This record gives sequence, C-alpha cells and structure tokens, in this order.
Amino acid sequence: MFYREAGEFRTTYKEDSQTFPIRFDRWRYYFVLFVAICVIPFMVNDYWVNSIFLPFLIYAIAAIGLNILVGYCGQVSLGTGGFMAVGAYACYKLMTAFPDVSMFIHVILAGVITAGVGMLFGLPSLRIKGFYLAVATLAAQFFLVWLFNRVPWFYNYSASGQINAPERDTFGILITGPNTEAWATYLFCLIFTVVSAIIARNLTRGSVGRKWMAIRDMDIAAEIIGVNPLTAKLSAFAISSFFVGISGALFFSVYLGAVEVGEAFGINKSFLVLFMIIIGGLGSIFGSFAGAAFLVLLPVALKVVGVDWLGWPTDIVAHLQLVIVGALIIVFLIAEPHGIAQLWRVTKEKLRLWPFPH
Amino acid sequence: MLDQAEGYTTADGRRIGPVVMEMKNITLRFGGVEAIKDISFDIREGEIRAIIGPNGAGKSSMLNVISGFYVPQEGQVFYQGQPRPPMKPFQVARQGIARTFQNIALFEGMSVLDNVMTGRLTHMQTGLFWQSMWKGKAEQEETANREVAEKIIDFLEIQAIRKTPVARLPYGLKKRVELARALAAEPSLLLLDEPMAGMNVEEKEDMSRFILDVNDEFGTTIALIEHDMGVVMDLSDRVVVMDYGKKIGDGTPDEVRNNQDVIDAYLGVAHD
Repeated sequence: MFYREAGEFRTTYKEDSQTFPIRFDRWRYYFVLFVAICVIPFMVNDYWVNSIFLPFLIYAIAAIGLNILVGYCGQVSLGTGGFMAVGAYACYKLMTAFPDVSMFIHVILAGVITAGVGMLFGLPSLRIKGFYLAVATLAAQFFLVWLFNRVPWFYNYSASGQINAPERDTFGILITGPNTEAWATYLFCLIFTVVSAIIARNLTRGSVGRKWMAIRDMDIAAEIIGVNPLTAKLSAFAISSFFVGISGALFFSVYLGAVEVGEAFGINKSFLVLFMIIIGGLGSIFGSFAGAAFLVLLPVALKVVGVDWLGWPTDIVAHLQLVIVGALIIVFLIAEPHGIAQLWRVTKEKLRLWPFPH
Repeated sequence: MLDQAEGYTTADGRRIGPVVMEMKNITLRFGGVEAIKDISFDIREGEIRAIIGPNGAGKSSMLNVISGFYVPQEGQVFYQGQPRPPMKPFQVARQGIARTFQNIALFEGMSVLDNVMTGRLTHMQTGLFWQSMWKGKAEQEETANREVAEKIIDFLEIQAIRKTPVARLPYGLKKRVELARALAAEPSLLLLDEPMAGMNVEEKEDMSRFILDVNDEFGTTIALIEHDMGVVMDLSDRVVVMDYGKKIGDGTPDEVRNNQDVIDAYLGVAHD
C-alpha cells in the first residue's frame, strides 16, 4: 500500500543491479539528497551543525569504513580510534607543511596515508582470525595513540602536546579554524560523506565486494573459487582505513579543531564506531548511517528530554545514556544481529503487503 | 581402445580427448599416516571419471591434492601436459579447475545470484578504481558476467530462487547452487565431491541428469567421488577404485565390476 513494487519490471541486468532498483526508493534518495544539499545549508546554525550534523556525517564515514572491514570482509577490528588518529595527525602535518593547498587534497591524502598504515596492521589478519585478530588490532590502537603522544614530531613540538587546526580554506571558503561559517563546514563534510557512501556502495555490489563477502562467509571456499586471501583482506583493510582516516581528519580539523590524542581517539572511539555498525547493521551501507545517526542523536535527545523537559541532573542523564546504549547492544545482538538495517528491510517487506498480509 | 593417446569415441557418440590431468606416483602423508600410497591415474578430456572406494580410502584426499589443498610428499601432478608446481588453491582455480565440497561450502550470507557470481570472479579483472566509479568498465563487466551466470542459473533450473539468501534453501537446492557456482567459472576440469550425498532417489536422478548435461553441453571434464554404485556405473566412463590409500582397480565400469580386488574390498574377504 505505502510501498509499491507492482508494475515495475526490470528488463536489463543493468537496471537490476542499480543501488535503488525500486522507483519509490530512488525518488526518496534523490529527495533526501536534495534537502541535504539545497535546503539544510540555508537553515542551519552553529548549534545544529556542531551538535548534530557534523558528528553524524563524520561518524557515518567512520562507520562505513569499519563496516567494510567487519561487516563485509568479516575481519574484526578494534583499532578504529587509532586509525582515525592517523588520519587526524596526517591531516595536521599536511596542513602545517603545505598551507596553500586546498583542504580537499589534505583530507584525501590523510585517507591515503591511513590506508597504508591500515594495510600494515592488516597483515596479521592473513594468519589469525576472530578474537585473536581483534586483539591484534587492539595493539594497533594502543600503539598508535602511544606513538602520537610520545613522538613530538607528530604534534610539531607544541608545548601542550595537542594539535590545533590552523585556518585553512578550499576555493577561498574557510573550512577550519575558529572563524568558519556553519554551512561551509556542513557542506564540506557532506560532500565527503556522500562520495564515501557512493564509493562504498559501488565497491560492495561489484566483484571486490563479493570477494570480501566470500572471505567473510567461508574463507576456504573463497580460496577454492579463485579469491586470493592476501589481496582480498588487505584491500579491505586499505579501503576501510581510507574512509576511517578521512573521518579522523575531518573529526580533528573541521569538527573539534584541537585534539589531544588519548582523549579524542582512545579505545572508547573504537568501541563507539563498532557499536554504531552493530546497532545499525553489519554489512549494510544504510546501516552505517542508521547507527551513526542513532548514537549521535541519542545523547542529544536524552539531554533535551531529561535535562530540559524533566529537569533531571545532567550527570544522571549522562549515566542513563550509558545504560541505554549498553542495553540496546545486548538487545540487538540477541534479537536482531543485523541491526536497524534489517528492521528496516523487514518493515519494507511488511509494508509491501499491507494491509492484506495474506 | 583406452590406450589411444589421441582419444576415442564412446558408444553413445561422445568424443573423449587426450589426457588433461595425470597423477604420477602420488604419495600423501599426515605424520605417520599414509592417506595416499603411490597412486597414478589420468583424466582424459571430456570424460566423466569416477573415484570410488570404501570410507577412509583416501578419495577426498585425492581430490584435495588435485585442487591444491594438499601438497603430496612424493609424486607429480601433470596438468595439460605440464608438471604443476606446488600451488595455492586460488592459483589452481585460475587454471580452470573448479570443485564442489562434500559438506556444502556456500556463502550463506549471500543470495543465490551472488554465490553464482562469485564463481565468475576469476574472469573479472576490473581494478578497484574503476569499480569505485561503477559506471563504465565495472558495470559492463558486471553485465557481461551476469549473462554467463544467468545462463548457468537457467541451465540448472534455479531461476526462481535467484534472489533468495542461501541460508534459507533446503539441502538439495544448496547442492545445486554449489554446482552452479563451480560451473559459472566455466572450468576445464570440474571436481565433484559426493554430489549426491544425502539425497533421495528423485534428487539423485535430477543431479545425475545435470552432470550428464554439463558434460554433454559444455564438454566439461568431470572427476567425481560418489558412493552410490548404481549412479557411478551409469554415469562414468572410467572408474578408479581406492582402498586404504591404494589403487586397487582402474578401468571402465564393467571391468571394475568384475575385478576380484574390488569385490573383495567392498564385500570383504574370508581370512583363513
């Protein structure tokens, strides 16, 4: 009733393999994109951008990256925070070394550098799997944070040990630093998020995506049909780290502006992004967005409801948030391991038949 | 007749070509256990070659040697006339050898179509950059390979379950999907490890028909392991019989049926 598929026929394989094969989905996608690009930039203020849109867009990129590795290729990683730190510090070094280059280039190069580091730490995945690999990536997390704390070259020998984003622009528009406009930072991050999502979708629906999923589902069978586990796993690590690095660079330069590595990119960040893809849905690009939106919006919503409406103390609301997230993760793991994305899929199936389910 | 190097024509008019794969004095040990002892046999182009034997005879090990899982301690594998160096399974796959497993080894999280498409991976070469763009090269390659995959799907009559996740399928269909995935690679040699294990008579008949059709229509060389003697004798052109890692018989089904060693191995022999 709400969701019509009847009367839609796809007569070519090309039509069948598009991202949104159903016309209704396609129009909704164009509509969301239109609102995001043409309406929101004219309406946002600093509060909306800094507390909702920027964290959502940036975490969405990180979640897409981690989802490629964990959800599609089945390689568990707890090193997301560390790889985000690599992106952030790479971006910082590039920004200070080449002040005249556009921020676009800096962020992309930061992603490329993180991809290299990710591949390096992905090498153990060729030998170890599951929990053991998770522990190996945990080592990456702690090592990278330690490295950026201890080696002064990375923070340009600043006295505080922090890194601060200098003012940089792209096409003459300020993107980083204290004097940025809300719409500029929003659009800058939006472009990266949309392009990342499109690239991730294109990769996962094509042959490399099938290689990753084959490795995830049964690595022996994958090898027997001609998948080289070395290139498949390392490409997953590289591309995952590329996105995570971009999100780290944006997180530091556009969103926070100043970063102390242990605080901003600690193990908590790794878990937060992992929770996002578990709640959102493993192996789904939409799930990455849903999880990021959920975990970004939950604290904001709780604060509005708890502190502003009900007048509870702030610390109780903050603790309540931890309780709710913890409970939700358990509920999702038991009831719906495929997350919000699967709930959405099931709802669509139901809506297709509603109100006559038989 | 079997000695003719250039091949021969069978009674039902199929052309059997020269030897494509030759196993020479293969010995495979796991520690002190000799799974395969000094076995030699060959597989000719276009034939259906069966490997039979009681449980634990080393049949599956033999198949694993062919597909590159195990590297034999002694002996040499010749493929298309060339001695084959020790290879990883994915390299063997790229040489055009596909296989199915005794316990189904499908990708449970993917749809039937995606599973069959993974069989095409050895034929898909587009680089990561073009794939991330999708439009252009990657899309063309996807469509071209999809056509081949759909041909196989039609051939094995699994069109209706194309988009179903494999985890939801019943056993018999899973076996068929696995065959489809192996066939999608357009292999020159197809290895089937007990393709009819756990099937009822009707499913066995279907599967036998598919195997014969594959051999007939695509000219695929097939080596299969099977326990059902009726099926083996009906399907295969030549049979290797193994027992305790040794080869005890080799020849046409009729020759093997009348071989005293084979009868002893299957029915037992009086010790006195």
